[in-house]
Amino acid sequence: MANSKSAYSSAGKKQKLDTHIIVVWVDNEAGVLARVVGLFSGRGYNIESLAVAEVDQKQNISRITIVTTGTPQVVDQIKLQLKKLVPVHKVADFKREDKNVIFKEMALFKFVANNGKLNKAFEACKNFNPVILDKTNKSNVIQITALRREIDSMSKNLKKFGLVSVSRTGAVAMTRGSEIFK
Amino acid sequence: MPKLYSGAEIVFKCLEDQNVSHIFGYPGGAVLPIYDELKNFNSIKHILVRHEQGAGHAAEGYARSTGKPGVLLVTSGPGATNAVTALTDAYMDSVPLVCITGQVPTHLIGTDAFQECDTTGITRPCTKHNWLVKDINDLAEVMHKAFEVATTGRPGPVLVDIPKDIQFQKSKYKNYKKNKKLNGKSHDNYSQKNIDELINLISKAKKPIFYTGGGVINSGTKASELLRELVYATGFPITSTLQGLGCFPADDNQFLGMLGMHGTYEANNAMYSCDLMINVGARFDDRITGKIDEFSPQSKKVHIDIDPSSINKNVKVDLAIVGDIKSVLTSTLKTIKKSKNNFSKSNKHQISNWWEQIQKWRSKRSLDYIGSEETIKPQYAIERLYELTKDKDTYITTEVGQHQMWAAQHYKFNKPNRWMTSGGLGTMGYGLPAAVGVQIAHPKKLVIDIAGEASVLMTMQEMSTAVQYNLPIKIFILNNEYMGMVRQWQELLHDKNYSESYTAALPDFVKMAEAYGCVGIRAKTPEELDDKIIEMLNTDRPVIFDCLVDKQENCFPMIPSGKPHNQMLLGPKDQKEKKITGKGRTLV
Repeated sequence: MANSKSAYSSAGKKQKLDTHIIVVWVDNEAGVLARVVGLFSGRGYNIESLAVAEVDQKQNISRITIVTTGTPQVVDQIKLQLKKLVPVHKVADFKREDKNVIFKEMALFKFVANNGKLNKAFEACKNFNPVILDKTNKSNVIQITALRREIDSMSKNLKKFGLVSVSRTGAVAMTRGSEIFK
Repeated sequence: MPKLYSGAEIVFKCLEDQNVSHIFGYPGGAVLPIYDELKNFNSIKHILVRHEQGAGHAAEGYARSTGKPGVLLVTSGPGATNAVTALTDAYMDSVPLVCITGQVPTHLIGTDAFQECDTTGITRPCTKHNWLVKDINDLAEVMHKAFEVATTGRPGPVLVDIPKDIQFQKSKYKNYKKNKKLNGKSHDNYSQKNIDELINLISKAKKPIFYTGGGVINSGTKASELLRELVYATGFPITSTLQGLGCFPADDNQFLGMLGMHGTYEANNAMYSCDLMINVGARFDDRITGKIDEFSPQSKKVHIDIDPSSINKNVKVDLAIVGDIKSVLTSTLKTIKKSKNNFSKSNKHQISNWWEQIQKWRSKRSLDYIGSEETIKPQYAIERLYELTKDKDTYITTEVGQHQMWAAQHYKFNKPNRWMTSGGLGTMGYGLPAAVGVQIAHPKKLVIDIAGEASVLMTMQEMSTAVQYNLPIKIFILNNEYMGMVRQWQELLHDKNYSESYTAALPDFVKMAEAYGCVGIRAKTPEELDDKIIEMLNTDRPVIFDCLVDKQENCFPMIPSGKPHNQMLLGPKDQKEKKITGKGRTLV
């Protein structure tokens, strides 16, 4: 206390951080993304990636997938705080290690190189469902789907084959099997 | 063909259907169509404030003292931004407010138009929800939904932003059917198993304590009655947070006084040493818990709260019961009666040692202070005010600072909804406009704002509102010429470097009262204090009471920040006995 001259207490012990994927079903209305994202920034939670799109045009439901890190207590708070927002219908939470959940990210890679290198680049992507979306005689655009860390390492390793531009989505998630999250 | 109404008419029709009798507001360009319609709705009375923050706090005072939502109506731009402090205050203290703001016409939104601001953007983090109404056909539904969101679950402020063109456009008016659940959000989420577990814990406890908060008040007067019933049935000691004062009678022997940073010695020590803590509608705020790692280390903790996100937010609990206090307490009492659990006798025996220990802590008399015959001690002023007003059904509001803590310590509340104070946000300037709102809601009752001279100057302009509507509020200023709580922290923690905490050039409050057209009274000595207070109470007009108090007095007891409950700093009397030197104090 001798060194703490504050009206507030000092921070408690540091705890281990886990990575979680939070999926939020919301009414697709004006400002709803700002509400969700503002909740994270306002309360000091992390966002590693974010993916959002409408999934039900009839009922105007959007699905937001957020990758976040936090202590178990913080992750609990994130879920509970999200559930309090008026446009939020339900919130799912998956640990990244969870084997019953599929996580995928998509990336677009643009290569500018000679034909030999372009072929090698495509070859290097072959484990990640590569699709050539555009091709000229000195460039191509390849789409891959993979895990976050796989895309991380790919975008590093492919530099040598003329990778000039990367565009990637945040992670999206879905449970395996016939179950759906209620 | 059903009748068509303008947006402005729809606003008032909604207010009528929501049984709103008073709105607090301030006109401006973007709400003029609504103000134009006011004359056609006689059941709704508009109270003209002098600043939009005042409208917000007045609506808060109105809401806190009645349990009904407070409504404010302000214009776009500065009108909305001025209301932000009050909205945040209401958000922190769970006060139901509906704030209606005007907005520039829809075609001008986003063009930096005159008095335009992103109102829904600015108020998103300080409301439960807000709406920008872009289609006249949505207006009625949004208005009704706003009231529903504000008043259900954990109450809080909401905001409806209505562009000026929408106020002119016409539509049908639909009354609103309440959904059973708003987007699947249910508020009672507990089972009989939880209740049985609670009763099991209660029957086993040897050192129990009830720790109650503002949730009891928000749950309605019935909740306070049920709480009393449960506390009497169990014979357990009870302490309350700042916001919960009044839900249990303060003069009852089972009441240990307020807990927390300036709580009593017995309440804080009991919290530290208990083996069962039953939190009823409180939120483990940092002013309550002190050092979180050493907070009540040996106890099983039960948390009853309507807000699931309050559970395990700051303190991990062993049993969480998510639900409305009234309904949880009803189930608990019912179960006790049904099982004929006669622990009212056995329990009292089981906890007799605990009560003995509490009596020892009590005998410290931690709220005592050193009296004086020359200067008015602020604690003495509150005590006298209490003694002279306790037979009336008095409503007390406060500003923020030392006077607020002294009021909480020395004014004894016996009923809920009689105590309006800014706890979570700690808004200086809250008390005067809140008193305006309380007096509007309870025209015949005695309403006193216990104030500090620094706080009250922040919203002093609302005296003009009080005078305009003949609201006989009493502004009881404990004037020590300092921002007292700031000075106290500087004394204890910053080597008495009183940086900017002294207010030079204070106004003459008596003359100021006269300038506003109300009554000014000044008390300088303890001897004349009673007579002056009686003079104030006998004045049927707004009064500014300038009570000149000891300038150096500090508010004790106190848990220094970063310390647990069992390491309290007691008042000067105790410190003399323990010979704590000035140096020791700065180290805490």
